[in-house]
Amino acid sequence: MSWAIIQQSLPQFVKGFQVTVWMSFVGIIGAMVVGLCCSLIQYFHVPVIDKIVSAYVELARNTPLLIQLFFLYYAFPVIGLKMSAITCGLIGLIFLGGAYMAEAFTGGFDGISKNQIESGEAIGMSKWQLARYVVFPQGFALSVPAIAANIIFLIKETSIFSVIAIPELTNTALDLIGLYYHSNEYLFVLVIAYAIILIPLSLLLTWLERRVRYGTFGD
Amino acid sequence: MTEKILEVEDLNKFYGNKQVLHDISFSLNKGEVLTLLGPSGSGKSTLLRCLNGLEEFKSGTIIFEGKKVIPTAKNWQQLRQKIGMVFQSYDLFPNMTVLENILLGPVKVQKRPKAEVEKEAKALLKRVHLEQYANSYPRQLSGGQKQRIAIVRALALHPDLMLFDEVTASLDPEMVRGVLELIKQLSDEDHMTMIIVTHEMNFAKQIADQVLFLENGTIVEDTPGKEFFEHPKTKRAEEFLESMEF
Repeated sequence: MSWAIIQQSLPQFVKGFQVTVWMSFVGIIGAMVVGLCCSLIQYFHVPVIDKIVSAYVELARNTPLLIQLFFLYYAFPVIGLKMSAITCGLIGLIFLGGAYMAEAFTGGFDGISKNQIESGEAIGMSKWQLARYVVFPQGFALSVPAIAANIIFLIKETSIFSVIAIPELTNTALDLIGLYYHSNEYLFVLVIAYAIILIPLSLLLTWLERRVRYGTFGD
Repeated sequence: MTEKILEVEDLNKFYGNKQVLHDISFSLNKGEVLTLLGPSGSGKSTLLRCLNGLEEFKSGTIIFEGKKVIPTAKNWQQLRQKIGMVFQSYDLFPNMTVLENILLGPVKVQKRPKAEVEKEAKALLKRVHLEQYANSYPRQLSGGQKQRIAIVRALALHPDLMLFDEVTASLDPEMVRGVLELIKQLSDEDHMTMIIVTHEMNFAKQIADQVLFLENGTIVEDTPGKEFFEHPKTKRAEEFLESMEF
């Protein structure tokens, strides 16, 4: 291990770090929006669309991100849809993450006890009012742990972007190794860089889980 | 001439192929208290839940305040504002304060002005000696307190009929009294019409104007309250009452 080699590579890793962070951020926000919409469609059993959503969730969750990216990047241009690597990466992450987030929200909504629903019905609430005042506030709180796990998972999945040459962290490391062969140093920096993103985030999310849970249910 | 608030005719209910209520017929006068008694699994709670649409029934008629109930989701939603229900496990909403729990129905469902309802809710809270807990969360209350709040939450909708489903069954013995006293008060002072499922025999004896004794989903006896406890008509009811004594 040479400190000098690490130091020299740092500017490139900083760039890769930035790409990983902003793409994860945009991808996760997108995935949460898609996931919430899908889960609401399923909750209200919107005819026809709910079937499409179920099919999407199954498809996205049961195919690897790697293959999804290959499709977007190599197969879509064949049918005339050519997108930049960055666009493909974001679409892929949102496509995959949306399905996982949908499952997380749905799990939360399903986790509300039957007694809570009945006690809402017993004061004359409509299905919509029940959703608005009982199911959603409690359901979101219940879904926080699953959402947090998905966030961590999706950030790690961005390493797969390297296969379509998006200059994020993993791609940066692989490029440098290919050029200079200092794999020990570059892999070391790579691990540290992911740890810098993920460890504080994971601690923050655990704190948030507890806080939301206490705020909603008091235990 | 006393006015009938509720009439049930030939109500039948099935869970799959199993019939759990057989030809249930009875009526209830305004201002009176009907107590449903019977062994576990006799269908008391199921019957109660049929009366506000939480359970569907296969056949039969329910006439509430002179109108036949057409059992659609929308109609039940409307009717539940007139037929309040309190459950064994209180089921206050944990994400709302006591006051928010009480206001939810009147303000969001009935669209009554918030200021007016809030004043009323505070008066109700005072009545159950819990006014200092208006801004507390349910988790800060004891079981008995939660159950009294649940009763207030139902009352805030101005129901004409109240259904109580074993409301003291999951309370500590010490907490039971306060809840029962409140229900007694509602009957004595407010002349609230009520249907009560309970295992508290002494309470039932004091409060019941009429007793339905059920077994295996069938009404075995429909007797005025006093008479039921002193001279039950059937051998089965007699056995039941004896088994309750200690």
